[in-house]
Amino acid sequence: MNLRSPHLLGIEPLASEEITLILDTAESLAQISQREIKKVPTLRGRTVVNFFVEPSTRTRSSFEIAEKRLSADSLNFSPGASSLVKGETLADTARNLEAMAPDFIVIRHSEPGAPHMLARICRCSVINAGDGAHEHPTQALLDAYTIRQKKGRIAGLRVAIVGDILHSRVVRSNIFLLRKMGAEVVLSGPPTLIPQGIERLGVKVEGRIEAALEGVDVIMMLRVQLERQTRGYFPSLREYFRLYGLTAPRVRLARPDAIIMHPGPINRGVEIDSEVADGPWSVILEQVTNGVAVRMAVLYLLSGGAGGGAEEEIRNPEA
Amino acid sequence: MGLLLRNGRVVDPSQGLDESLDVLIEDGKIARLERRLTAQGVASIDLRGKVLAPGFIDMHAHLREPGEEWKETVASGTAAAAAGGFCSVACMPNTNPVNDERAVTEFILGQARKSGRVRVYPIAAVSKGLSGEELAEMGDLVDGGAIAVSDDGKPVASGRLLRLALEYARIFGIPVIDHCEDPDLSDGGVVNEGYISTLLGLKGWNRTAEDTIVARDIAMAAETAGRIHIAHVSTEGSLELIRRARAGGVRVSCEVTPHHLTLTEEACLTYDTTTKMNPPLRTGADREALLEGLKDGTVDVIATDHAPHHSDEKNVEFSRAPFGVIGLETAVSLALDRLVRPGMISIGRMVELMSVNPARILGVPGGTLKPGAPADITVLDLEREFSVEPARFHSLSRNTPFGGWSLRGGPVATIVAGEIVHSSLD
Ligand SMILES: [Zn+2]
Repeated sequence: MNLRSPHLLGIEPLASEEITLILDTAESLAQISQREIKKVPTLRGRTVVNFFVEPSTRTRSSFEIAEKRLSADSLNFSPGASSLVKGETLADTARNLEAMAPDFIVIRHSEPGAPHMLARICRCSVINAGDGAHEHPTQALLDAYTIRQKKGRIAGLRVAIVGDILHSRVVRSNIFLLRKMGAEVVLSGPPTLIPQGIERLGVKVEGRIEAALEGVDVIMMLRVQLERQTRGYFPSLREYFRLYGLTAPRVRLARPDAIIMHPGPINRGVEIDSEVADGPWSVILEQVTNGVAVRMAVLYLLSGGAGGGAEEEIRNPEA
Repeated sequence: MGLLLRNGRVVDPSQGLDESLDVLIEDGKIARLERRLTAQGVASIDLRGKVLAPGFIDMHAHLREPGEEWKETVASGTAAAAAGGFCSVACMPNTNPVNDERAVTEFILGQARKSGRVRVYPIAAVSKGLSGEELAEMGDLVDGGAIAVSDDGKPVASGRLLRLALEYARIFGIPVIDHCEDPDLSDGGVVNEGYISTLLGLKGWNRTAEDTIVARDIAMAAETAGRIHIAHVSTEGSLELIRRARAGGVRVSCEVTPHHLTLTEEACLTYDTTTKMNPPLRTGADREALLEGLKDGTVDVIATDHAPHHSDEKNVEFSRAPFGVIGLETAVSLALDRLVRPGMISIGRMVELMSVNPARILGVPGGTLKPGAPADITVLDLEREFSVEPARFHSLSRNTPFGGWSLRGGPVATIVAGEIVHSSLD
């Protein structure tokens, strides 16, 4: 089996079997990162352009490491160094990148739909590393990977996602993924930050965090951005923490073996208490580790590697 | 010099006509309308099987001249109008410079005289520079040829200024046309706020931003006895407000666009910027309500909101693309294929919506084929297949979401003041 599309633009277009394929492949590839020499020749001779129009140290670093471990040649292209600041359009930049004949473009962009535009213009594979408030598919995949690692399954779990749902690409990708894989999803956050019609994605919405956390297996906290407060979505960070901050007593509403996730970077004392972030429930740092394996799997599968072959290739690395 | 149009089906709701008649044109006017006419030394055209309607009038177009001639000019926009079956277009004042001074109105009319294919009626700005602060010189603008005022592209955001405009416009008997959007509420939205905006992660344009301004405008029209015309109604709520206001005797009229009648927000799912317009495409329920309004008479006019943009401007990220779609060359076929053919409205009602009513609201000649009226005639073929090919548009712009659509029925000849300005008759 292989992925149907040459691009990874979002989780929404994926079938559940494709998600499973990516997670299984990531599991095989994860071993590479445990070795002394963390490198296989799988993508030798392939070029990946990391096109980050919006800054993101974490996601970019994670992709870069994944690319290096697969022996791809990577090039970082970000607006500070590019001509975008001089007013070049995305379409023209895409054509210019295309002219360098890369095999992959990994794009992070502030505008929803930007990766889709790139995919229409370029012949190479386009990987969405986050487009505005739309999708962030590799984040959802690494979250799913982490859940599966900790819980052994995704189907039948109850997952609470808390915070700024309106502006979050992480939420959308996670909802698509968790629903496709058979998990229950309950959202909570200030009603001013809950987008209209989200229930149609098959999720429940609770205004109070306590109701959302009741008996859940997984708690995903979202980063709160300060500019949301200045735009009046909630009165103050202090009040936000009072109403939606994740504290130890609130964690105890969840199942005793619940795990706590966060896409990072975390705001201590704003959406999450340090005691919780650093506590035994937290898998936040494992998410970061898993991000590399999942991104390796995506690159590997989009390069034409078929599922099941990954283990083979990894066991017999070139000298 | 005359012209005899023989054997056509004349559909003219202004006279309650729907029958096969010969039409004699003399001196640019309708001379006679009879079962069988013979005229010596006059060219004649056999229009058997075709419909003759009083010339269509698009009361909401952006011709972009002066200032944005790479998008459209008076010449190209009126060529598009002629090809699309429109004998007249009213053009919005958000040009550069803004049409807030008589010299600009006169410039547009001058361009129309030089290179226009159809009649052009400038709509002047309500406020100087469209700034929403003080009234433009309405009297001078009307003397120069303006037939209505509007700050379209923007609402008249200040309720106080709208009140003054409605009161002041009473001197001239002209309507104030409002683009109803509370910018504080629409807050930078780019698609209808709801499930689709949530799915796409695009900023939502909330319907209440339209409805609250429509409610304000109606209250203001009732208070001032002025004439308000609501541009491009897109929501169920706005239409219901207008319906109730009219039942209560308020002088409010309204228009809807062909795109709001034929598309919903789901068209935005591919991030195609040709589906981005203001107000945005709404839900299926809104579209149903607009169709109901066409049937029950609440909607007065179908107007295109023809808003040309260069492909370079549209070929960017969805949120960054300008709002607007072109409509002059697709409106008539869309109305025939999507509204008349399925029996939603009659052809007579369509003529009311696209000719009789816009003429009445703007107080311009036309809207009728009564003897003595200007010989502005739109000739329709209800059976011919039209495929929408943007590359062949007369407009300088191509920003249509209807490219590739195949539509049955459309304009085949456009006659302005007795002159055939466009024809695809064989
Ligand atoms: Zn408008």
